[in-house]
Amino acid sequence: MIEVKDITKTYGHGDTAFQALKGVSFSIKDGEFVAIMGPSGSGKSTMMHILGCLDTPTSGTYVLDGKDVSKMTDEELADIRKDKIGFVFQAFNLLPRTTVLRNVMLPLVYAGVGEHEREKRAKKALISSGLAETHFSHKSNELSGGQIQRVAIARALVNDPSLILADEPTGNLDTKTGEIVLGTFQKLNEEHGRTVVLITHEPDVAEHAERIIVLRDGEIVSDSKSHARRRAKHHDH
Amino acid sequence: MTIKDTLQETYTALSANKVRSGLTVLGIVIGIGSVIAMVSVGQGAASGIQSSIQSLGSNLLQVSPGAQRIAGGFGVSLGRGSASTLTQADADAIGAQVADINAVATEVSGRQQVTAKGTNTNTSVVGVTSAYPQIRNLQMDQGDFISDTQNQNISKVAVLGPTAASDLFGTDDSTADGLPDGIVGQTIRIKGMEFTVIGITAAKGGSGFSNQDDTIYIPAASAQRYLTGNSGVTTIDIQASSNGAMAQVQDDVTNLLLERHNISDPTKADFSVLNQNDLLSTVSSVSATLTLLLASIAGISLVVGGIGIMNMMLTTVTERTREIGLRKAIGAKKADISRQFLVEAVALTVAGGVIGIVLGVGIAVGANMLGLLTTSVSWSSVVLAFGVSAAIGIAFGYYPARRAASLNPIEALRYE
Repeated sequence: MIEVKDITKTYGHGDTAFQALKGVSFSIKDGEFVAIMGPSGSGKSTMMHILGCLDTPTSGTYVLDGKDVSKMTDEELADIRKDKIGFVFQAFNLLPRTTVLRNVMLPLVYAGVGEHEREKRAKKALISSGLAETHFSHKSNELSGGQIQRVAIARALVNDPSLILADEPTGNLDTKTGEIVLGTFQKLNEEHGRTVVLITHEPDVAEHAERIIVLRDGEIVSDSKSHARRRAKHHDH
Repeated sequence: MTIKDTLQETYTALSANKVRSGLTVLGIVIGIGSVIAMVSVGQGAASGIQSSIQSLGSNLLQVSPGAQRIAGGFGVSLGRGSASTLTQADADAIGAQVADINAVATEVSGRQQVTAKGTNTNTSVVGVTSAYPQIRNLQMDQGDFISDTQNQNISKVAVLGPTAASDLFGTDDSTADGLPDGIVGQTIRIKGMEFTVIGITAAKGGSGFSNQDDTIYIPAASAQRYLTGNSGVTTIDIQASSNGAMAQVQDDVTNLLLERHNISDPTKADFSVLNQNDLLSTVSSVSATLTLLLASIAGISLVVGGIGIMNMMLTTVTERTREIGLRKAIGAKKADISRQFLVEAVALTVAGGVIGIVLGVGIAVGANMLGLLTTSVSWSSVVLAFGVSAAIGIAFGYYPARRAASLNPIEALRYE
């Protein structure tokens, strides 16, 4: 459960100050699939950083699972990220020269999960993100873009987060592979009840979500059900 | 994050760039290796000189004629050179009146041409008294040393050092000491006078200041009568009863001799008392300075190696900015990140330290075995080198690690 109330974010001071968010409020229930859409400069990246607990708002409150995280210190935020957030990035950000399995286990390493349990959970996450088991021991630089993004999704899933936050997850993929990745998000949302927040500037991508929040110049201009929800196929075989 | 995880991450990170890691480690290897090798050279020299001073005799004081040297100066004799102002009577008085003395011996020395059956050698002929072997740590190989009776009788007897003996009588590889049998009992001629050989001393090894192996000993009284023609002695050797008593004995001997020579002003003394401890401490401080000098030259290369580590770690941190951002995004704390990079730096220096220790010890032992230099590797320098290499890892890894840890995750993730 996410509750965002009157959030503002100002960068810089005095004359050069720039307000990226000008009082944004919304709430996302567990199990929702929400797209936050907007052109560049709309404040969607800032929103993503705040939702992902990478940054704190200048004013307003952000309550995640009943905990107000808007005034937390860097170290406390690191703990929240570890337990409650799973990130999927546009640039994948897998560790190079490291096996798929180790990449997925990485969040559990910081969470202090035992070695045996780590491997079990990483394999489970990889299977539910749709990567074939034959790829588990491959190095991350031996995979295709679509496969890499599935590994990244598995990494986001592995710590059983309250929220999966995907920042332009299809931005570096061709349309077909992008479809497959979006299908994976839909499947995780529908079959596993995961809460997914998708940040994108493309309406086509946003329409895979069930609800779309549109930001412009730091304000919400619309918040509605997806009118023409798109279905993506789940698997690439 | 467990220690095993940290080490595994470190291994992955360092082996990803084997050439760069290897070259960086090489800096530390050379630094640590040269510190150990250099210190072993310094310590080898020190222990060599010290053992040759110790072999002169233990708790030894030597009284020499001539003016005392100016204190704190360069040891230049300002007086009358080696005039024979000391006599056997002085030695007897010291033996009778100064406390805490084990033995007193006199030496009357000079260089002479010595001949035997067609061979001849120019060697040092020393007139001594019976206490000499005890004070100067001299062992007998064959026969006996000069006795008090032979001194009283002014006997024409001689004890040969092994080098002098082989110079005069040749060598024989089949015997244990390498000298032909039957030297004892033969005669040699010193200044044209016949002396009967009554013993041969055991080899001490030639070293440093004087070679006790290339010496012929005769009774002191005989040396005075037949060689110098006066009653002066060249040196009075005194063995104090303990190391602690040496300063006291030195004072007592000085006072006694001043009184006997009717000198009221100690700065005008016609003799000087050399304390073995003074010599040892001078040598120790010289060799400590030498060791320090060598170690600090080598230490410079260690610092350069450390800077190499820092350089590589800074490059690594920049290259892996996005990785750091990702790690932070998935929950790594500052401490996790800084530990990771610090461990990488320490792993590099410790690896360099271990290889450097092997290299340094290898060089030291090798130089010793090949006879190029006398070296002595002390375990303390090895332990120190290892500690220093780890400390360098921490010192030079700290700044890059801190820089990595303090990166803003948002900016780090965006870094291209």
